Amino acid sequence: MKKIPNTKYQIPNTKRVLALNGGYAMAEALRQIHPDVMAVYPITPQTTIIETYAKFKADGLVDTEIIQVESEHSAMSATIGACSAGARAVTASSSQGLLHMAETLPVVSGLGLPIVMCVSSRALSAPLNIHGEHGDVMAIRDLGWVQIFGEQAQDAYDNTIIALRLAEMAGVPVMPIMDGFHTSHTTERVEVLGDEIIQSFVGQFKPENALVDQKNPITIGTLALQNTYFDFKIDQEKAFLKVKTLYKKICAEYGKISGRKHSLFEEYKTKDADFVIVMMGATVGTAKDAVDKLRADGKKVGLLKINLFRPFPYKEVGAALAHTKSIAVLDRAMAFGSFPPLYQDIVTSMQSAGSRKHDVASYVYGIGGRDTMQSHIVSVFRDLEEGEINNKIKYLT
Amino acid sequence: MNKELTKKLSSGHATCQGCGIPAIVRHVLGATDEPVIVANATGCLEVTTTIYPYTAWKVPYVHSVFGNAAATAAGIDAAQKALMKSGKIKKKAKVVVFGGDGGTYDIGLQALSGALERGHDFLYVCYDNEGYMNTGGQRSGGTPYGANTETAPAGVASFGKAQQRKDLMEIVNAHHIKYLAQSNVAYVNDLKMKAKKALETTGPSFLLVLQPCTQLWKFPTSEYVAVGKLATETNFWPLYEIEDGKYTINNVVKNPKPIEEFLKVQGRFKHLFADKNKQVIADIQNKVDENLSKLVKKAQ
Repeated sequence: MKKIPNTKYQIPNTKRVLALNGGYAMAEALRQIHPDVMAVYPITPQTTIIETYAKFKADGLVDTEIIQVESEHSAMSATIGACSAGARAVTASSSQGLLHMAETLPVVSGLGLPIVMCVSSRALSAPLNIHGEHGDVMAIRDLGWVQIFGEQAQDAYDNTIIALRLAEMAGVPVMPIMDGFHTSHTTERVEVLGDEIIQSFVGQFKPENALVDQKNPITIGTLALQNTYFDFKIDQEKAFLKVKTLYKKICAEYGKISGRKHSLFEEYKTKDADFVIVMMGATVGTAKDAVDKLRADGKKVGLLKINLFRPFPYKEVGAALAHTKSIAVLDRAMAFGSFPPLYQDIVTSMQSAGSRKHDVASYVYGIGGRDTMQSHIVSVFRDLEEGEINNKIKYLT
Repeated sequence: MNKELTKKLSSGHATCQGCGIPAIVRHVLGATDEPVIVANATGCLEVTTTIYPYTAWKVPYVHSVFGNAAATAAGIDAAQKALMKSGKIKKKAKVVVFGGDGGTYDIGLQALSGALERGHDFLYVCYDNEGYMNTGGQRSGGTPYGANTETAPAGVASFGKAQQRKDLMEIVNAHHIKYLAQSNVAYVNDLKMKAKKALETTGPSFLLVLQPCTQLWKFPTSEYVAVGKLATETNFWPLYEIEDGKYTINNVVKNPKPIEEFLKVQGRFKHLFADKNKQVIADIQNKVDENLSKLVKKAQ
């Protein structure tokens, strides 16, 4: 177990209930994980994570090697170097930064490097907008990174810990995602577990191969031609599909130490629901309140919140929604000239569910930080109930 | 093959006949008995030494993308520091980066600048073949004035590259690192001496090594040493080093040859010998003289 240096701060090794924003909650999880290396570069609304972590180091709470890189491209590149060398390495990003490092993201997944990147999701330029939505993480969704969405600051904390364990068990990179500002900058009640409990949960990083192993020199990042590249990619996909089972297993183990339930998705009053909204991220809280109100009026409505977005649990989602009359999918991302990503995944899920055709409606909300109100959610359920379902994307402006 | 030379980079790699890149790698890495970890930018060296399922590397090696070799090295450096602290390793290896001029002057310059500024413990070696040779000979920031390249071709309305190449040595020097030097694969003793100094430097060090490319400078494969020597004998490529800010010219050329001697043996400059381009050759000679006199002043 890695020792945390002695400091003037005494952190009790027991559960604490704190008022934290999502950024701080992710940084707190990282402090407990205590990675060997963290590459940092500022971008709103991610900066709360790296600033908090830098202060942890300044206060002697961690002795992680922090690399203050000159760009996000270098942030992920340095993380690749560190992880290849044999170190537990993490970084954080958002929006333009995430796309700036996009070139390196398939390298990480192709090499099977278990890197965790905390993401505070945000709109993409142009026009410039620093506020929350999922446009950034959707743009890089199929590059072989596991994507775990969270609703609250508590999820930001929990998902960071689950992400690290998952990355190292599965040999894949993982990004725990929170909505910029709505989660990253909103102070909420967060239960933080004891440092030793988390350190014991994540264990030691024991890479199969490392550049520092001079006795077994390894070549990482080869050139693969037409005769091998395709097979590498098929193997990568096979390995990636195993993530779902491991994720469930890790969530169950994490549930034992935290008392909190994490799963592929959360079913909120869906069991007997005729009309269900599918969505993910911070706005789920608002939608749950709307569901509660409509339930009080006797409406059979529910909500399904996706947690594990990549790899996507098609079969499980299809089965969970098979009994519904109709479904509305709420995406917090634009997809120009196409239906938005979550909608497409839900349509595919319902095809895999089998017997009958489901009506699935597409809505886009919260772009560039636009508020989504309960009235928006109520209007979506009204559409479903009234059969106002067509093949057009509706915008909840 | 000499066993000593192939201790770190084996024979059987796929570089072109008459390519000096393996010689650069072998002489640089051969200048130390200490452990090394190599980070490589995408380019000729990478694609010719790591064709799966083979590797020519007998030392730990990592390649990720084109523009990030110095940032990758930064991560390895930080990882080693952390693993030393936690007792997982007992000794740090020297991190050595190899990148071409495209990966160094151009797409990797920002990452290099950042890593130099942060003071990581690494040696960056740029093998400079004056263009994007792995992609077939396009113009880079290191391509010299007047050269015919695929993206700055000569024609009735063009004499080739119309701009001077970047002064990469001065760009690197502006980061105030302890040791940097310009060398030439045709001068192996010079290269070995500089590699030793660079590897013994704590913190960042930098080597800019001229690497004549048979394919796209267009000369016979038997001639890379001869062409390389002409680059220095004409003062097109002086050999010098900067130690703690102090300049030393390592090979003062007593009777420099005219620049035509260097240009005329290469197909990439052939068009300059047409009457209409005579002035370009004169311009190149003037620039060579100007650069040398600046360097001599700095070395005084």
